[in-house]
Amino acid sequence: MSEQTAVPAADEHARVEQAAREAEPPRSAWSRVLDSGAGRNLGLVAVLVLLVIVGVATADTFLTTANLLTVLTQASIIGVLTVGVTFVIIGGGIDLSVGKVMALASVWATTVATQSYGPVVMIFCAIAVGVGAGLVNGLLIAYGRIVPFIVTLAMLISAQGLAERISGRRSQIVTDPVIAGIANTRLLGIPLLVYIFAAVVAVGWVVLNRTTFGRRTFAIGGNPEAARLAGLDVKRHTIGLYVVSGLCCGIAAIMIASLTTTGSSTHGTLYELDAIAAVIIGGTLLSGGRGTLIGSILGVLVFTTITNLFVLNNLATEVQNIAKGAIIVVAVLIQARAQRSSATG
Amino acid sequence: MSDPTRGLHRRRFLTGALGVGAGAALTACTSNAPAGGGGGPAVAPAPAAGAAEPGRPVTIGFSAPAADHGWIAAIANNAQAQAEEFPDVTFEAVNPTNDIAQQIAAVETLINRGVDALVILPNDGSQLTRVGRQAMDAGVAVINLDRIFDSPLAYRTWIGGDNYGMGVSAGHYIGTRLREAGVASPIIAEIAGIDSLPLTQERSRGFAEALATYGFAVGPRQAADFTAQGGQEVTANLLQASPRLDAVWNHDDDQGIGVLAAINQAGRNEFFMVGGAGSANAMREIQADTGVLKATVTYSPSMASSAVALARLVAQGRGMSDLAEQEVPASITLASATITKENVANYLPLGFES
Repeated sequence: MSEQTAVPAADEHARVEQAAREAEPPRSAWSRVLDSGAGRNLGLVAVLVLLVIVGVATADTFLTTANLLTVLTQASIIGVLTVGVTFVIIGGGIDLSVGKVMALASVWATTVATQSYGPVVMIFCAIAVGVGAGLVNGLLIAYGRIVPFIVTLAMLISAQGLAERISGRRSQIVTDPVIAGIANTRLLGIPLLVYIFAAVVAVGWVVLNRTTFGRRTFAIGGNPEAARLAGLDVKRHTIGLYVVSGLCCGIAAIMIASLTTTGSSTHGTLYELDAIAAVIIGGTLLSGGRGTLIGSILGVLVFTTITNLFVLNNLATEVQNIAKGAIIVVAVLIQARAQRSSATG
Repeated sequence: MSDPTRGLHRRRFLTGALGVGAGAALTACTSNAPAGGGGGPAVAPAPAAGAAEPGRPVTIGFSAPAADHGWIAAIANNAQAQAEEFPDVTFEAVNPTNDIAQQIAAVETLINRGVDALVILPNDGSQLTRVGRQAMDAGVAVINLDRIFDSPLAYRTWIGGDNYGMGVSAGHYIGTRLREAGVASPIIAEIAGIDSLPLTQERSRGFAEALATYGFAVGPRQAADFTAQGGQEVTANLLQASPRLDAVWNHDDDQGIGVLAAINQAGRNEFFMVGGAGSANAMREIQADTGVLKATVTYSPSMASSAVALARLVAQGRGMSDLAEQEVPASITLASATITKENVANYLPLGFES
């Protein structure tokens, strides 16, 4: 795609970076660290460290293992959704439907009919609903030529409606002991939900950074027209991206059903905004083509740590909201500065 | 029920518009709804003979928020079921909505259709006051359900729950129990609903003032968002903040499913918990007596059944035959009962499924 001449100047940068990535020039260990997710996200790491310092100073239970595991558990569900959203945004799209697709999948997986067939069927149902919704999103965007914002907004609304319809607007209580037990299970003292989160991040990282699918995601997000002319099947890949996001919704649905012991149409309200915010403060360009999974996960951790800190200090809701908004702005400011200096340095 | 299909057609249309035409079939095979589709049993108030006697046929319009919550679902189901009890009542429910402008439009539509009485549970009492007034000015009696209008000119009768009283009931139960146990300076946590709502503020005020009579105060207090997910998240964090608790009041039993899940996951049981609203599953927990949930204070959706019964009497120009009054009173506040293991059997039939 380097033969492309009619490329807008704004995309030039992304394309050059993409070419550099594919050429894999020899780099020192330090520059590789800097270029890795954590390195690029020095700003976010700084914010996290700052939050930890505030935590230690204000709440004596903050640094206990139990509390840190609570933070990680709370981060795990939104974290899994964020992995999918990161793929979609790097690929140049947006997915507003994740929270409610997760809700719909949780409702479907916890209906009486499904629960009586056991946990395997429940997990299958959740994944099938997530993947199905992702497929519909992808098909409408790729072949229906409707912008992702509209398609996934429509999906958000109809998934909400369908979830309410199926559940009769009630919380469907999980009676299956296996599903209910996931959130209570610990391996080596760490909750199973955290392992699931870690596994999804690990798989996501490998797919994004070490496979053709990942490279194509960056290419298509950076310049879809160039990618098409370079011979990539942009439509099929776009569908693939939304399916990945849907798959994450399905996994998250089982996790939230276990954590709250319910399937409910109220699950995941505003999660799409939280996930997108985490991706953005994680340094991923909303216009696509550039970003890191590690940054998104750090973004999620910043959010959950903030929430934890607020509750530990027994702050009132309105104070929490004011502070949360301020911290998001500060995080993005530090992040933007860190990225600018690492880009020039 | 001469034209019960009107609301149904609209609902089918909306469902279709959302691209979920298969929804009805899906619901039929996968829903957890109990047979009959009711949100908890309809609560027939067993009216005295005089009031139950058929009167002149009347049409009652009904508008409520869209439910994303077991309690609101029970409100709509109870109203519908109660209307079906009366052969002289035609029930016209408009589509539930959480959009203020849409609810105003829906109520205006009902006024234009010439209903005899309206039962309105407004999304926001202040914002719907104008349209309530409009109905009253047009000669349509308005029964204001639960969230109260700003002006008495906007309704004929108000019936609703006692949020302050809920807090008082919870406070007295916790205070009494802790005093009996001889706990000197207890740590009492409160998990509220949505802090910006006046009803939440009322509940908290009642709770704090009742506890104060025992010399106790509220310790950690956090607001969730009336959902299982919010309850789980807030409670998981709150339990970390407080290594020891003596009692917890959770404002809402729907949210309580998540609260209990978090308590279970943290393996905590050194305290007891009181719920709020009186859902069927909370009552079953209390009955089983295997966890921390020992009581719940009611905020019963049976008020919707009563509201429809009152609307009928007002429209027919009759009074409540048990009272000496010629007319239906202007306001009725339900009492908040405390349900414990001892009396749960009496209340279980009134519980609504979350």
